[in-house]
Amino acid sequence: MLTFIIYKAIICVAVFALSLAVAAYSTLWERKLSALLQDRVGPDRAGPFGLLQPLADGGKMFFKEEIIPNVSNKFLFILGPSLFMLTALMTGSVIPWCKDVYVAGKLYSVQITDINIGVLFLFGVVSIGVYGIMIGGWASNNKYALLGAIRASSQMISYEIAMGIAVIALIITSGGTLSLREIVEQQDAGVANVVWQPLGFIIFFVCALAETNRAPFDLPECEAELVGGYHTEYSSMKLGLFLFAEYINMFISSAVMAAFYFGGYNFPFAQELYDAMGLADGSKWIAIIGFGAYFTKIAIFISVFMWIRWTLPRFRYDQLMNLGWRYLLPLSLLNLGITVAVEFFRGHLHF
Amino acid sequence: MLGYTITQWLFGILSFLSIMFGLMVVFSRNPVNSVLYLVMTFFCIAGHYLLLNSQFLAIVHIVVYAGAIMVLFLFVIMLMDLNQDNEPQKTWLTKIIAGIAGGLMLFVLVGSLKGSEQLGIAQNGSSQIGTVKNLGKVLFSEFLFPFEIASILLLAALVGSIMIGKKEIK
Repeated sequence: MLTFIIYKAIICVAVFALSLAVAAYSTLWERKLSALLQDRVGPDRAGPFGLLQPLADGGKMFFKEEIIPNVSNKFLFILGPSLFMLTALMTGSVIPWCKDVYVAGKLYSVQITDINIGVLFLFGVVSIGVYGIMIGGWASNNKYALLGAIRASSQMISYEIAMGIAVIALIITSGGTLSLREIVEQQDAGVANVVWQPLGFIIFFVCALAETNRAPFDLPECEAELVGGYHTEYSSMKLGLFLFAEYINMFISSAVMAAFYFGGYNFPFAQELYDAMGLADGSKWIAIIGFGAYFTKIAIFISVFMWIRWTLPRFRYDQLMNLGWRYLLPLSLLNLGITVAVEFFRGHLHF
Repeated sequence: MLGYTITQWLFGILSFLSIMFGLMVVFSRNPVNSVLYLVMTFFCIAGHYLLLNSQFLAIVHIVVYAGAIMVLFLFVIMLMDLNQDNEPQKTWLTKIIAGIAGGLMLFVLVGSLKGSEQLGIAQNGSSQIGTVKNLGKVLFSEFLFPFEIASILLLAALVGSIMIGKKEIK
């Protein structure tokens, strides 16, 4: 029992640290990449190649003056960013990071928890995440913040539906399992799910952009219309939490996309490579190589998120709603219908 | 611990919390706070579902009620900008009528629960009773007819709301 608790505690802390570290260095990578795209140098003063820049930014956030508006509800004002950060970090708990590892003769899985409703758990946490923005925006007692919060919530609700239906099609192709580990394991020998679900992947990707409030869907904080959107009144580390949670969300949604559609820690000819290296199942090198492969996929997705942000202009609000309800939702329903028909004729579904 | 199992402790704590948050919904002055307390109540009820071994219902309860319906509630209340100054004062007659109606509702609920046998799902059923697969099988075989009726009801509500929402009907 004690070893179990220690092992779970180590994994929890490791995933927490990993999320924070990736989010911190995503901020630097975002600035470097935008500099590259705009033919600038980017931050290069703090440390070699600007590698200490995230630490400097974080330290600055902590030492800034903290302002809580007099007229606002103090408890809810503080609850908003905390809740947003909490839900962002919670989603990491169902993601399988690599294959099971033997440590001191016992097999351990590198995942916080493998619940049999993992996919639904993700959706549950994501749907709670919107409360952080709404409560924060409302408690600011500022019209711009309220408008930003309302935009965020309506946008997230609209895109959740298309996203959910795209995932239902994915679950049907992977044999009706809702556990993330099983979905990843099923892409072990064969090909990645994206080959069977190309349309589903595109819908999921667009919805993930909208759910994480990234450009071109960053209307909740669109500075040209709403000053700063839902975090207009926030300062110091509370603003930092809002901004930081966005990067964690981006990391986790990249991880989920890589696990759902690109095989997670599997990669082509993985088994051949392991055989050639003479590695047995449960070896720590398999875990490390698999984790490296998974992380490469995640890094590519994060870079694509940033590439899109620095390339495309922002949508208008009615365009955003049209895209969600008139194009993505019917497309995802079509995708679901095609998937069910194909699986039925392949004899995988029984009525 | 005091002769109770851990399940009974959890049940007691969850029940206390859900009743407490339920009362807070009614008693809090600010409608936004009411909605937030209602969200907390839904979380406690999801905990009860978990104790009854139905993980699927628990998570769907959170996704649908806490994650979608209550967000829309909050949305509307935030837009309406309710506060105590412009809230209409209700007369004593309305309050008495509301009290009697609520009391009757409670009476009916207590009466119906008193006659029914104890739900022994958590004790007797297997831990697999609430998985998606089992629920789906039961829903699409044994309870197919009520399920379809409920879906038609929802469809009617959907069409109705679109009709109300449309500016002009062609």
